[in-house]
Amino acid sequence: MIKLEVSVAGVKMCNPLVLAAGVRSNYADLLIRAAKEGAGAVTSKSCSLEPRPGHPNPTAMIHGQVVMNAIGLSNPGAKEEAEQLKKAVKEAGVPVIASVFGKNADEFAEASKIIEKAKPAMIELNISCPNVHREGRMFSADPAATEEIVRAVKKAVKLPVSAKLSPNVTDIAEIAVAAKRGGADAITAINTLSGMWIDAYAKKPYLANRQGGVSGPGIKPVALRCVWQIRQAVDLPIIGGGGITSGTDAAEMLMAGATAVSIGSAVCYRKNAFAEISKELAEFMESEGYAKVSDIKMD
Amino acid sequence: MLPIKTKVLKAEKENEKVIRLTLGLQLSGAQPGQFVMVWVPGVDEKPISISESKPTLEICVANAGPASEKIASLKAGDEIFIRGPLGHGFEQKGRKWLMVGGGYGFGPLRFLARVGKDNGKSVEAILGARTKSLLMKKAVCETCFVTNDGSEGKTGTSVDELERRLADKNAKTDMVFSCGPERMMAAVAQACKKHGVPSQLLVERYMKCGFGICGHCAMGKWLACVDGPAIYGEEALSNPEFGKEHQDRCGCKKPL
Repeated sequence: MIKLEVSVAGVKMCNPLVLAAGVRSNYADLLIRAAKEGAGAVTSKSCSLEPRPGHPNPTAMIHGQVVMNAIGLSNPGAKEEAEQLKKAVKEAGVPVIASVFGKNADEFAEASKIIEKAKPAMIELNISCPNVHREGRMFSADPAATEEIVRAVKKAVKLPVSAKLSPNVTDIAEIAVAAKRGGADAITAINTLSGMWIDAYAKKPYLANRQGGVSGPGIKPVALRCVWQIRQAVDLPIIGGGGITSGTDAAEMLMAGATAVSIGSAVCYRKNAFAEISKELAEFMESEGYAKVSDIKMD
Repeated sequence: MLPIKTKVLKAEKENEKVIRLTLGLQLSGAQPGQFVMVWVPGVDEKPISISESKPTLEICVANAGPASEKIASLKAGDEIFIRGPLGHGFEQKGRKWLMVGGGYGFGPLRFLARVGKDNGKSVEAILGARTKSLLMKKAVCETCFVTNDGSEGKTGTSVDELERRLADKNAKTDMVFSCGPERMMAAVAQACKKHGVPSQLLVERYMKCGFGICGHCAMGKWLACVDGPAIYGEEALSNPEFGKEHQDRCGCKKPL
């Protein structure tokens, strides 16, 4: 009998597939939809203390194996987000992970406190968005900032906290170690790769923000490498993702060292991404003789 | 799907607010109800319904906000970029179609009416507007014009006229298609439900990605960009946000 259940920092999930933050996760109804479609947990879109309109359009594109976006963290602000999360927590039937970000450690802590009232299962700290450079640094490029933010949020809330890390660094393992030092209960990796798309005929960058985050099946090798490096460095549970669109992709991510697997761009490539990927993962486990998800390891 | 460069072949004024742009681009397979993302580099990118696909792509743009104002001010020879066709268009079921348009929502219905006539459907239309200067007068089928102030055609609303037609037992309308202000479409869907005639509507929400990743354009759990923009009236009426709430650019819920 194949068992797909996993546990991430005490949060129990019926299967290892987690809806990634920022992907169809803006409102309660969409989080509930992903849960009904078969996600084992769902992550809400990152919210900040105050509402943000994000970048102007064009904000996203899909081409071949690559998705790019520079939405710019648009969100209705922590108070309105908490209302959405309350409904999602009540009705999704799976753990709801709430993604939070801020301009500094205090803002992260304050937004997390507001969000905590909605009783999500976990808080995920988005310290790795590549699209808001001009407003300041990307915290997860700096071990000290990573540690400081995680510590501030851990002090502010009682929930388990996961730090979401960026691949756009020299040594992601060093950042994971810093997150652990700050008290992180889990690591989420990876955020998008920093990139750019130029339209030759327009003779301009396509995204209004000029730079954007790259996701999609094409980034899977980068994600596997990052998660594997984090696994070597820390013993925390990892929600690993980046380009995962099939059951064998998910198995590879688990072999790299992930505890659970996040699903993002796959929703644009497959109509029933969650149901299909978890079915394929179960089939893979059956054929390869794995009884439970935590057994899936590289030889 | 990458944006494709094209030129404006013609820019014609439909009425006080609406410009019809004929573009030098063919989008094979474009279906009525689908939309394109129109990118004006350095300005913005907006979702706009396709209002004709033959011989080349045509869109109708209402001068309604800062971005659409710039798109509506394009002239013949100007370059723009098109990504599409996107979304789920109307299901072309039934044989006796009635189009119910409000204001600048008539563009995609005209495309549908032309396609329906080509495929042997019986097609009539009702187009309502507040006043004469806001009517899109170009017609491709028998069209009944209605204005709230009686400055042209019948006096009243397009929903009044729809009710009259649905009550007529000889009319035998078996599909109603509607596009216009959402509260008007809600009234259309209600009227159709009451008379047991199926309806399909075209729902608009603030859109960012256009291909189903960002989730911004949700109406409840339904995404305008990939589940829609076409939706059956009954499904829309069962959606608690239809006719009531939408999102601003931040994602804050606002009354319609």
